[in-house]
Amino acid sequence: MAMLTVASLRKTYTTDRGGVRAVQGVSFTVEDGRFYTLLGPSGCGKTTTLRCIAGLERPEGGTIQLDDEVLSGDGRFVPPYDRDLGMVFQSYAIWPHMNVFDNVAFPLRVGRARATSAEVRKRVEEALALVGLEGLEDRPAPQLSGGQQQRLALARALVRKPRLLLLDEPLSNLDAKLRERMRIELRELQRRLGITTVYVTHDQGEALFLSHRVAVMHDGGIVQEGTPREIYRDPSTGFAADFVGNATFLAGDVVEDGIAALGGRVRCSMPKDLRPGEKGLLVLRPENVVVRGAPERRPNEFGGKLEIAAFLGDHLDCIVAVGDTLVRARAHPSVQLRRGQDVWVEFPVEHCVAMRDDGWRPRALQRSFGEDEE
Amino acid sequence: MATAARGASFALPALPRSGVVIPAMAATFLLLLTVLPLSMLILGSLQVEGREGLTLANYANVYSDPRTYRLLSNSFLYAVGTAVLALSLGTALAYIVERTNVPFRRAFFAVTLVPLIVPGIVSTIAWVYLASGKIGVINKAFMALLGLTDPPFEIYSLLGMIWAEGLHLSPLVFLVMVGAMRAMDPSLEEAAVTSGARPLRTLRTVTLPILMPALASGALIMFIRGLESFEVPALIGIPARVPVFTSEIYEALRRYPQDYGSAGSLGVGLLAISAVGVWWYGRLTRRAERFATITGKGYRPRTIELGSWRWPALAFLVLYLLIVVVMPFLVLLFVSLLPFYIPSLDMFQRLTLKNYVTVLEHPDTLLAARNSLLLAVSTATIAMALTAVIAWIVVRTRLPGRRILDLLAFLPIGIPGLVLAVALIFELISFPIPIYGTLIILVVAYVTRYMPYGMRTNSAAMLQLHHELEEAAAASGASWATTFRKIVVPLLWPSLVAGWIYVFVVSVRELSSSVLLVSHDSIVVSFVIFDLQVSGQSNAVAALSVLLVLSLVVVVGLTQRVSSRIGVKGG
Repeated sequence: MAMLTVASLRKTYTTDRGGVRAVQGVSFTVEDGRFYTLLGPSGCGKTTTLRCIAGLERPEGGTIQLDDEVLSGDGRFVPPYDRDLGMVFQSYAIWPHMNVFDNVAFPLRVGRARATSAEVRKRVEEALALVGLEGLEDRPAPQLSGGQQQRLALARALVRKPRLLLLDEPLSNLDAKLRERMRIELRELQRRLGITTVYVTHDQGEALFLSHRVAVMHDGGIVQEGTPREIYRDPSTGFAADFVGNATFLAGDVVEDGIAALGGRVRCSMPKDLRPGEKGLLVLRPENVVVRGAPERRPNEFGGKLEIAAFLGDHLDCIVAVGDTLVRARAHPSVQLRRGQDVWVEFPVEHCVAMRDDGWRPRALQRSFGEDEE
Repeated sequence: MATAARGASFALPALPRSGVVIPAMAATFLLLLTVLPLSMLILGSLQVEGREGLTLANYANVYSDPRTYRLLSNSFLYAVGTAVLALSLGTALAYIVERTNVPFRRAFFAVTLVPLIVPGIVSTIAWVYLASGKIGVINKAFMALLGLTDPPFEIYSLLGMIWAEGLHLSPLVFLVMVGAMRAMDPSLEEAAVTSGARPLRTLRTVTLPILMPALASGALIMFIRGLESFEVPALIGIPARVPVFTSEIYEALRRYPQDYGSAGSLGVGLLAISAVGVWWYGRLTRRAERFATITGKGYRPRTIELGSWRWPALAFLVLYLLIVVVMPFLVLLFVSLLPFYIPSLDMFQRLTLKNYVTVLEHPDTLLAARNSLLLAVSTATIAMALTAVIAWIVVRTRLPGRRILDLLAFLPIGIPGLVLAVALIFELISFPIPIYGTLIILVVAYVTRYMPYGMRTNSAAMLQLHHELEEAAAASGASWATTFRKIVVPLLWPSLVAGWIYVFVVSVRELSSSVLLVSHDSIVVSFVIFDLQVSGQSNAVAALSVLLVLSLVVVVGLTQRVSSRIGVKGG
């Protein structure tokens, strides 16, 4: 049983570029055996939060608790070496002066409860088998490939059988194919071991794939927390909708049964507290937008011009200009559509749920090559 | 794959003519500066005046003398002691300043650069006044305060020599170790801490082993520097009757008639020992590169919370500054203001500026200052320009033999200044070019000695520069010369300037080559100080030393200020 509770965490920190940011009042709970992800852009405070949990940073306020033990807060601060956790770093932090065996054995040799050398050997072999590195014990660490270093870092984090596993963007230094495979292995391993895990990433795909629960972070706070499904389907803020997945934003005044947008009315369901005359926002995922070459006179159907139709194998990525608005849609790859032709897009009413417009706009889609920021 | 990481394949096709001409010119220069004098040294050591042909007689003479073995053991003890002292002090300082939350660490950083500027001759003389058994200020103070009858310290001893040289070299270790600590990925230590290792254990099992290659190569460099140092052996070692290789070579050439045979064979012996050191150093640094865990980006290391240990740590820093900067400078200032030297408080009533007037009015001073300045500026400029081109060839092209260029440019790090001077004398005896005793031979010696520094600065900077930046210029239609001028030089500017300042300073400080190569018309400031000290004009020496240190600090300060406004800032 290991449950992590973080409450009202506060920490001021400087970013790599010298700016000062702060984690303000971050609170969340990770249930036993769950995979919990902090997701957000760089500088949002996710790594600082993780480092506070590890004890590598000293929080200015709030409490961190593992089961009943207060790790930090109420005037207490347990140093990192006395916390029962394993951590994987973004750079893997494999010690270059040790071989594979010594790297993994390190946590068993330095901790408070020292193991006998027979016990050390047994547990190192178990840990290496867990990550598929058996037989490489005597290899000098710098001779490992990126993927192997990553596995080694994981074995080292797990060898003590800690109650808590912390992962700081562990996949971001791998190439795409390997990242895909490690993602699957990591998921399986965590589910099998049932170890309580906190994961930090800026990659929404990773977050959705791996997690039981995801917290979307922005400017030092959590803006939304939920299962991957909830986060994707029902974003609670413009930022969350924009950061997790692609979306077309339709903003307009709330009218009867919908919002005024695209030169007409887009019908949608409405939260109770949103009244006509207020500003509403409709977030449309591309897979929920239907594109046709001919009109079918259905509700929420708008005529436009096909600006881009790119074949991506399993689907056709479309951008349709409806008036001044660019709508992103995903069509079946067999559909015959040509760039420049007139098309009709439909937003099926069951997928349309408006939220209060908080002013956030995505940067992704713009007509010109303006500023190009990642 | 190798192409992506290193050499640009465009280099050769894009420059059909200069692609051969420039490397060939660079190689010729290097051969003239390094291989030729060394060959002449070896050849010279195999000849005996008045006899035909080659002989091992000089070696038989020198190496059958039991004195030579005392020399060997002295040199060895002195160099090892110096390396140990410099390394432990420099490393401890670097760790405290770079890795802990000691108060005023930023300010300390700037101050440690000052002792790097102080010439060895000046600090050596200062330590004579501080810790000589007879006249040392520290000794007098301790004797008065503690009621001792015998002086507690004696600079005129092997330990005294180690002390003076070790302190003098420690700021260099400090800089090297700060660099090594900054290049270390902090998560290596964090991984140890989150694995359950306490701070001291982390230091022992992770931090120190990872810094080991840097420590080992630092130790070797300090050993070589100790072996080839001249100021301390000449000014402290000779009166203390602790002869080492360098002082013995110097004395062999001061005797009448000059003993070229002994100087040559001792020089070759010293060269052999330091060559072993350099070879070993090369091996270590290659291993260090293998150790390097990716990136090469600068990290912001974790600072260790010292808690109540902050104040003892600060006390250590302050004590270090007192010993290395403040006390030596103050004692020289004191001596420079006295009509004659007696280590007594009463002398404070007799302070005078007379020495400064004497020094400044002496025609030699002006000539020496002009020569030193001229030499330092030309040496720094030639050395940086030459090594920029060589570094480019080594890093960027895939020319066969580029490794040899690299080696040749690095080789002089192992040639003691005194030995180089002996080699140049032999060379000028064989080829009677009329440059002996001119500034030209001094420039040749200086450029040879300081090429390795320029090489290291330039190739490190060049490696950081992505080769696509130059390829983009070539693809835009720029010739090799234009690319070098408009792309490479501006991007390298910050490190070129830093390297230039460094070579400038060490050129002004240079003594061990100059002492054998200057004539009356080509005297330099460091030589004048040395000469005055040997002839016992202590107050003039002190005045000149104070002036030299102050002007170097001003020049370095100004250059850094001005240069920070030019060129591209390193990102």
